[in-house]
Amino acid sequence: MFDEDNFNENGELNNLNKDEENKIKSEIGNNETKSKKEEEPSRKLVMPGELLDEGNYKAGIGTYIADKKIYAATLGLLEIKGQYINVIPIKGPYIPKVGDSVIGMVINTSIVSWKVDIFSPYIATLHATNYLNRPFNPLRDDIRQYIDIGDTIYAEIISFNRTRDPVLSVRNKGLGKLKGGRLIHMVPTKVPRLIGRRGSMINLIKDYTHCKFKIGQNGVIWLQGNKIEDEFLVVKIIRKIEREAHTLGLTDRIKEFIEKEKKRSDVDNGVN
Amino acid sequence: MSSYDVIPEIEKNYIKELLSKGKRLDGRALDEFREIKIEKDIIKKAEASARVTIGNTIVIIGIKVSAGPPYPDSPDSGVVTINAELLPLASSHFESGPPSAFAIEVARVCDRGIRHSDIIDKTTLCIIEGEIVYIIFGDIYAISFDGNLFDAGELALTTALSSLKIPEYEIIESENGKKEVNFINSWKKVEVNDIPVSISIGKIGKTLFIDPDEKEELALDSRITFTFNKNNELISLQKGLSGHFSKEEILKGMEMALSKVDMLRNKVIECIKDFE
Amino acid sequence: MELIKLEKPEKLIDENNIRVDGRKLNDLRPIKMEVGVLPKANGSAYVEMGGNKILASVYGPREVHPRHLAESNKAVFRCLYRMATFSVDERKSPAPSRRENELSMVIGQALEPAIFLNYYPKTMIECTILVIQADGGTRCASINAASLALADAGIAMRGLVSAVAIGKADGKLIVDLNNVEDQFGEGDLPIAILYPLKEVSLIQFDGILTNEEFQQCINLAYDACEIIFNKQIEALHKRYSKEIIEKDNKKEA
Repeated sequence: MFDEDNFNENGELNNLNKDEENKIKSEIGNNETKSKKEEEPSRKLVMPGELLDEGNYKAGIGTYIADKKIYAATLGLLEIKGQYINVIPIKGPYIPKVGDSVIGMVINTSIVSWKVDIFSPYIATLHATNYLNRPFNPLRDDIRQYIDIGDTIYAEIISFNRTRDPVLSVRNKGLGKLKGGRLIHMVPTKVPRLIGRRGSMINLIKDYTHCKFKIGQNGVIWLQGNKIEDEFLVVKIIRKIEREAHTLGLTDRIKEFIEKEKKRSDVDNGVN
Repeated sequence: MSSYDVIPEIEKNYIKELLSKGKRLDGRALDEFREIKIEKDIIKKAEASARVTIGNTIVIIGIKVSAGPPYPDSPDSGVVTINAELLPLASSHFESGPPSAFAIEVARVCDRGIRHSDIIDKTTLCIIEGEIVYIIFGDIYAISFDGNLFDAGELALTTALSSLKIPEYEIIESENGKKEVNFINSWKKVEVNDIPVSISIGKIGKTLFIDPDEKEELALDSRITFTFNKNNELISLQKGLSGHFSKEEILKGMEMALSKVDMLRNKVIECIKDFE
Repeated sequence: MELIKLEKPEKLIDENNIRVDGRKLNDLRPIKMEVGVLPKANGSAYVEMGGNKILASVYGPREVHPRHLAESNKAVFRCLYRMATFSVDERKSPAPSRRENELSMVIGQALEPAIFLNYYPKTMIECTILVIQADGGTRCASINAASLALADAGIAMRGLVSAVAIGKADGKLIVDLNNVEDQFGEGDLPIAILYPLKEVSLIQFDGILTNEEFQQCINLAYDACEIIFNKQIEALHKRYSKEIIEKDNKKEA
C-alpha cells in the first residue's frame, strides 16, 4: 500500500480502495462482540521497518512492500484480516478522507470562504455558498457575520486529493456551526472505538451521562451535558478508551467504570 | 490543540463558564497549582542546573560561570545574566530564530526576582575591583510548554543558584604589572541569602486563578506575576497581556499568590537541602 | 577564560587495550533511551550515550510555514540541531553556530531517506534536537534520538536509523568515540545506518585511515549499530507495552 508510486489517476492516495478500508476499520469494533471464551491473541506491537511477511499475504493498511516482502510502515498493532496484513497505527495525524464528518475551528476567511483548522496537516475550506445554500455576493454580504474566526463547525469532507486541500460541506442534517458545549481532543485512530460496533459504545455513554455528542473522525468531539460532572466523566471515559483501545472486552469494562464513577460521585454528593 | 494562537470560541466560553463556578478544565481549584517537581544537578557540565516540572510544563536551566570585566557603573559587583530559550522542541507555537518578545519577557521577569532579592550578594563575586569579576550565566530552556513559564523559570533559577559552586582563583601578576586570573580546580559554594518566589495569576472575566495552563493562557484576558522575597515582601510585579485589573483584583491576586508562596519556597528548600 | 582545560592524556589506549574511560576497543558507552518524554510533542525521545544527553521532538506532519515552501508531492522535512549553552565546558552562545547549522543539515539528510515523505504532500515534519550535555559523538546520538521521536509520532517510515562514530586512537580502531578521543585521536568516522535495508545514510570522516582500516571501520559500525538498533526497538516496546495498560487498570481499581 505504501508502494512508492501508489497514487491512482485521480491523484488520490491509494491506501486501499475506500470500501476495503472502511470494512477493516469497522472490524476493529468487532472484537467487542467476540465472547470472552474465544480468546483471541492480543495484537502484536510492531515497529517501522519490521518484516511481517514474505509472500503469504497481501499488503494492507500501514504496510509497504520492498523486494516482494511486506514491512510495517508505522509503529502500530499487527492485524491479519483474511488475505490482508494490516498495521493499525498507534498514533498519527488525521489525514482527511472524503465522507468523514469532522469538527474544525475557523482560523481565517477569504472573501467568499472560510479557512478551517480540522486539526490535520491540511487546512480545509468551507465556501459561503455551501453554508448559506444560495449564491453569495461578497459586495453586499460580509462573510464574517455568518461564521467568524474562532467559531467551531461540524462538517463533512466532500473532496480531498493530492492537488486540492480538503473542501467541506454543511449541507447534510446535523452539520453547521456549533454553539455552546465543549470540545475534547482524542487520538483520531481511536475514534472508531469511541463509537463502537454499530454505535454500541457511544450509545452506552449517552445513556449513562445524558450528554449530547457530535463526533469528528478527526479526533475532535463536541459534547454538551446537563451537569458539569457528567461532562467531566465523559472526558475520563474517553481517556480510558484511548489507553485501552486495542484491548478486548472494552465496552463491558467502560460500563463497569461508569457505574463505579457514578457511585463514587453519588457518595461524594451525599446521595444514598 | 491547534497550532494557531487562537482558541475556539466554544472552549473559551466553556473555560469562562467553569471559572465562574470556581472550576477549571483539569478539575483544579482556582488557587491550586498543578503537580510541581524540582530536581537539581541534572547536568554535570553545568556549574549548577535544575529541572522544574509544573504539570506538563518542563523547563531546565544550566548555570555557567566565567570571568570578565564588570559593568562600568558597578565595578565591585559580579554580573548575573539570565536568558530564556523557547525552542520549537517545547511547543508547536514556538519558532526557531532570535528570542521572541515572550522569551525576553520570561527572562526579564525571572531576572528581576534575582536582582531585587538578597539571593546573591554580587559584591561577593568581585575578583579584582574594576577589572575582573565572576560572570554568571543562567540559561533557561523550555522543553515542554503548557503554560506558566514565569513561575517554572523562577523556581528553576532559584534552585540552580542555591546549588551553585564557583571555582576558586589565583591571581598571577606578570612582569609588566598586568594581573591575570586563573581558575583552579577548587570549588566554593555561592552564598545564598534568599529564595525569591514568583506566582502568576490569570484573569478571565472577573475570575482570578493561579498557574494558568496553555489552554487557559490562550483564553486569558490578562495576567499578573508577583515575586516575593523570603520575608514575603513584594519585590517585583509584572502585568502581562492586554486586559486590565481593578484595584481590588490586584490586591485579591496578591493575597492568592501569597497563600502559595511558602508551598513553592518549601519545594525549593526540600530540593536543595542536601547540597554540600 | 577557560575553567576546565581539556588536556591531551599521555595515552588514549593503554598496553592492555583499555581506553581512558575503561572501555575495551569495541565497547559502546552506556546507553539509555526513553520514548515519549515530552507531553506536548507529537513524538519525542531522550537518549544518553555516555555523557551525551539528547532530547528530540517531532511536530507534524503539519501545515508548512511559510506556505510558499510547501512541496506539492511530498512533505518538507526540517531538522534543527541545537546545543544548550551549558552543554559544553565553556558556555556556548545561544545563537546558532555554523557547526550547528551544518549538523542540522547532515542529521536531516541521515533521517530523511527513512521517512515516507510522499505520503504527506504539502506538509511539514519538524524535528528539533537539543543537546543538553555533550560528550563526543553528539550527531550520532542525535540521529538515534530523532529516529525514535519520528517513530513515536506515528510517522510512516521505512525503518529506524541508527548511528555511531568509529575512530582511531593510538593507531587502534575504536567504537563510539568520547570527547577526549574525538579531540585528540587520529580519526572520526560517524556513520548512520538505515534499517531494514541496512544502507548508509550518513557517513563523514576526518583523520587518516588506510584502505584496510576504513573497511574495518565500516564493519565495526555495522556491528555497533546493530546493538544500538536493538536498544531503540526495546525503548519503543517499553513505551507502548501492555504492562503500562495493566498498571493503569490497577490504579483505577
